[in-house]
Amino acid sequence: MKTIMKLGATAALSLALGTTAALAENVKIAFIDPLSGPFASTGINGLHQYEFAAEALVNANGGVLGGQNFEIVAFDNKISPKESLIQLQVAIDQGIRFIAQGNSSGVANALTEAINKHNRRNPDDRVLFLNYSAVDPALTNDKCNFWHFRFDANADIKMDALTDVIAASQDINKVYIIGQDYSFGKAVAAAAVRFLTEKRPDIEIVGNELHPIGKVKDFTPYARKIVASEADAVITGNWGSDMLNLGKSVIENGFEGPIFTYYAAADGITAAFGETGKGSLRLVSEGPLNPIASDRAAAYVDAFKAKYPDGNVSQARITNVIEMLAKAINEAGSATDVVAIGTALEGMEHESLWGGTIKMRPQDHQAIQDVHIFAHTDENVKFDYDNSGYGMVVENTVAMASADSPTSCKMERP
Amino acid sequence: MDLILVNLIDGLVTGLLLFMLSAGLTLIFSMMGVLNFAHASFYMLGAYFAYQISTYVGFWMGLLIAPPIVGLVGAAVERYGLRRVHQYGHVPELIFTFGLALLIEELVKFIWGNDQIPYQIPEILEGAAFSISSYDIPAYKVFMIFLSLAIFLGLLYVLTRTRVGMIIQAALSYPRTVEALGHNVPLVFMGVFGVGTALAGVAGVIAGPVLSTFPGMAVVLGSIVFVTIVIGGLGSLGGALVAALIIGWLTTFAKAYNVRMEDILTGLGFNKPDPIWDSAWRDLWTLTSPQIADILPYLLMVLILVFRPYGLFGKRDV
Repeated sequence: MKTIMKLGATAALSLALGTTAALAENVKIAFIDPLSGPFASTGINGLHQYEFAAEALVNANGGVLGGQNFEIVAFDNKISPKESLIQLQVAIDQGIRFIAQGNSSGVANALTEAINKHNRRNPDDRVLFLNYSAVDPALTNDKCNFWHFRFDANADIKMDALTDVIAASQDINKVYIIGQDYSFGKAVAAAAVRFLTEKRPDIEIVGNELHPIGKVKDFTPYARKIVASEADAVITGNWGSDMLNLGKSVIENGFEGPIFTYYAAADGITAAFGETGKGSLRLVSEGPLNPIASDRAAAYVDAFKAKYPDGNVSQARITNVIEMLAKAINEAGSATDVVAIGTALEGMEHESLWGGTIKMRPQDHQAIQDVHIFAHTDENVKFDYDNSGYGMVVENTVAMASADSPTSCKMERP
Repeated sequence: MDLILVNLIDGLVTGLLLFMLSAGLTLIFSMMGVLNFAHASFYMLGAYFAYQISTYVGFWMGLLIAPPIVGLVGAAVERYGLRRVHQYGHVPELIFTFGLALLIEELVKFIWGNDQIPYQIPEILEGAAFSISSYDIPAYKVFMIFLSLAIFLGLLYVLTRTRVGMIIQAALSYPRTVEALGHNVPLVFMGVFGVGTALAGVAGVIAGPVLSTFPGMAVVLGSIVFVTIVIGGLGSLGGALVAALIIGWLTTFAKAYNVRMEDILTGLGFNKPDPIWDSAWRDLWTLTSPQIADILPYLLMVLILVFRPYGLFGKRDV
């Protein structure tokens, strides 16, 4: 009798456990980015944006497939490609099917190669790579594969939009290009030269220079050269303290034209520029906060700031990643069949929370979207960065930027 | 011509800033034989303290209050840290300061975060002081020049014209004799360490707003400070000044003009290999001066160590 009771209890218990487990089976997304070291603030802020987007946009609306919640699992890669591959393996071993990564194209290149290899060898537990920030054009050209999806506009698309604005401005006749001495800095410089000679052959490129990355103490000599070259505008792909120091130095030493940048915002940079950057700094990006697209978007930012008062909604595309993934999972009817989910993502058109439509181009898995040129200012700023009163306000918009740009990608589909 | 003058001024600013950092370090090194790896960390502390103070009472009070606080922290480190480690010899001291540098960096990250912090120059010093043709000289740079010169003259006066200075100088060369004469040499050491770190603090306070204040700012300047004191000669204040100015001008001019290695080599009578991208000498031929500007001081240091091991103005071997 006792044994039977025990058996029955165990069976009931395991049944109960089994059903709750099935009910609470979360769709896990591995977030592999720097959570310690010099780039930790960017990584942690990105993680917060992911967690918040998953909670607010998916879980609060009942999850996917009628009740499965999104769960973000964080992995610290210390921004090292080697460490990222180890973390990728850990994530795969935990049964995670979706890998999100963004900081550094070096890491993205390593990940996309490893994932491609893994998926070929292990058809039973394939994974998808959701690249939300690494902008090296090669990832959707020579190195493209079916498993990689890029939600940010790549470096070429951004430069295409930037040079559209420069070409349209008749005040700009001389341009100075300066960047960090590594693959991304060189890609930016090459794209700038290519697009400028194409669109405005009369523009003179008075300087094209690379400086050591993260090593320059004082940018004054570079600033003097820029002023001496009588350039009307500066183009730079610099980020982090290299961006801040270059920009400040150039402005303080008497340069008055626009400085076109990729990454001169948030993570303390907006606050540190403050009044100095007003009227000079321009930034190319997606996802405008000022003016904001809708009340829904405004409520989203307010709720994020309420939860993370020191954070910024600096990577608006993260909401697109989450919403599009949720849509694709529902369309595929499965959270594990990544081939079906990838196929659903291909060519998907999505109304972004931040306005405009995102189209995931099927031939190279590059998201085509509206790209904006922002100005750093404190006027008409409803949603600032770094709680500084300063923020990014839309100046120009290129709708569906580079939608017909060529790609060298030869996609092999499973 | 105008550009040369402007670059001279820019180099002077860089050099004087470097001098303020190395002045304290060279005194500490020659007196205690301690290579203080944490010296640049005190520079960083100066910037952060001043920022914190400036958010309450403004930039000028920050400039006034932050360096003494850094000096007190430095003196405490000497009194309760270094002095205890001292008896075990120089290697533990070295490791102690190295660990201290790491500790300070982590502490700064813990308290103020990883981001750049918005430490700004005071409004009164914003804008250009004057212009040389089309080049603006920011008012803040003029202020930096005068402040550093004032500190140099003040230090020189204290060290050479006052009783305290004479004791310090004597303790530098003959610590045992000075001790035998009844002076409290450990107190002198503590004072010098405190003043030296306070000087680094001043450098941090005035450099923070222009070179940006972030947890990596100590690492960026850390090694170049040692280069300065080796070139100038250990224990020599004048040497530190000359070396700092040489480094300031050397790097500024190398960055400001695109001198190409190709021109130098053809000028020397070498023929450019063709095609250049297949040549083993490609990297040498395609060098430009801005690329190697930051290595030049190290090159100079190696030359100095080979030909004049005691530095430009030093009196004893490294």
